[in-house]
Amino acid sequence: MFLILVRRDLALIARSPALWMPVMFFVLVAALFPFAVGPDARLLGRIAPGVVWVAALLAALLPVETLVAPDLEDGTLDQLASRGVAMELVAAARIVAHWLGFALPLLAALPVAAVLVGMDSATGWRLALALLLGTPALAALAVVAAALTAGLRGGGALAGLIILPLALPILIFGVGAAVPGALKLLAAASLVAVAIAPFAAAAAMRQD
Amino acid sequence: MLAPGQSVASVRGVPAEPLIVADLACRRGDRLLFQGLSFRVEPGAALHLEGPNGSGKSSLLRILAGLLSPVGGRIEGGGARGFLGHEWALKPRMKLGEELAHWVRIDATSDRLPAAMAAMNVAALSDVPCKHLSSGQRRRAGLARVLASGADLWLLDEPTAGLDTASTALLAAAMAAHRAQGGMIVAAVHGDIGLDAPQRLVLG
Repeated sequence: MFLILVRRDLALIARSPALWMPVMFFVLVAALFPFAVGPDARLLGRIAPGVVWVAALLAALLPVETLVAPDLEDGTLDQLASRGVAMELVAAARIVAHWLGFALPLLAALPVAAVLVGMDSATGWRLALALLLGTPALAALAVVAAALTAGLRGGGALAGLIILPLALPILIFGVGAAVPGALKLLAAASLVAVAIAPFAAAAAMRQD
Repeated sequence: MLAPGQSVASVRGVPAEPLIVADLACRRGDRLLFQGLSFRVEPGAALHLEGPNGSGKSSLLRILAGLLSPVGGRIEGGGARGFLGHEWALKPRMKLGEELAHWVRIDATSDRLPAAMAAMNVAALSDVPCKHLSSGQRRRAGLARVLASGADLWLLDEPTAGLDTASTALLAAAMAAHRAQGGMIVAAVHGDIGLDAPQRLVLG
């Protein structure tokens, strides 16, 4: 059942016209920063991981209005619930599909972004590992916020306000990946978010 | 959405238990739609829900489908539910065939799909993206999804709304076949939908 749901969500993502939006957004934000802070290579190199993380966070947020709201409005959730499919399972499948849809292309685009912000290769590899560990939490938070704001007018903006503070631990440990132990804390924070998110999202999706 | 202890999934193929509703009450906001509602639907029987707009027909169907919690009362039996509401649950960019194939994959009843699509005359629309379907075609697709699910209890909210005469006849034939196999139907209706000798329940 879980695989059927993930497969379906991926088919919908693949059919969506916004498929490449998060990655384009990610690369464009990375390209924008050198212009914003000026051509100081040392400064740029120092803030590069932070820039990439903020770009990744925004990229995860971009499709938040399409994560849950359409299923609530068009009766898809009703059809699933009337079949006795647990909403936790639906939410978990959505998190996996959202992660595959935004984080994998983003990791593929990371070398481009790294060149744009003048990152050296050691930092780049460490950052790739940190993103791999941290992005599942970003996907989980995005699905929770999407479930909480589904059916509300202007839900997307509200979802951003919900996610950004919750994403702080991920951001802090992700940017500080060079500090010993930070990656472990990042993995722990990510694991907690991914473990709790399906239940939180399901509770929000189950409102009458 | 499911009340504790309420089970919707049943073992398909096994004759379903009758649907027994006892002392059901439903509140929407601060308005009590109905209370003390009791009825029983035997295998092979059908129930017409009648009443003016806003009398709670749709809410009762949603309660029976496990989508809404009643404020009181019990629901027993009825077997697996097939629900047709006012929303289509069809994704605009997907083809109709892909959409229905997805739902029978969830129901594990893929073998029933071709017959169900033929019965509601949507087989020829298989390659059409759902955004190009008319509302009557979407309703037929929703009915085909109910047919294909193999559910014991069909919960239909105004199933003939937007259907032409030929499609209404197809639905009547499908409902008769479902009841002949021991299936049950509860339908919110305004007027006749082609059910033979239904029980009636008037709300409001």
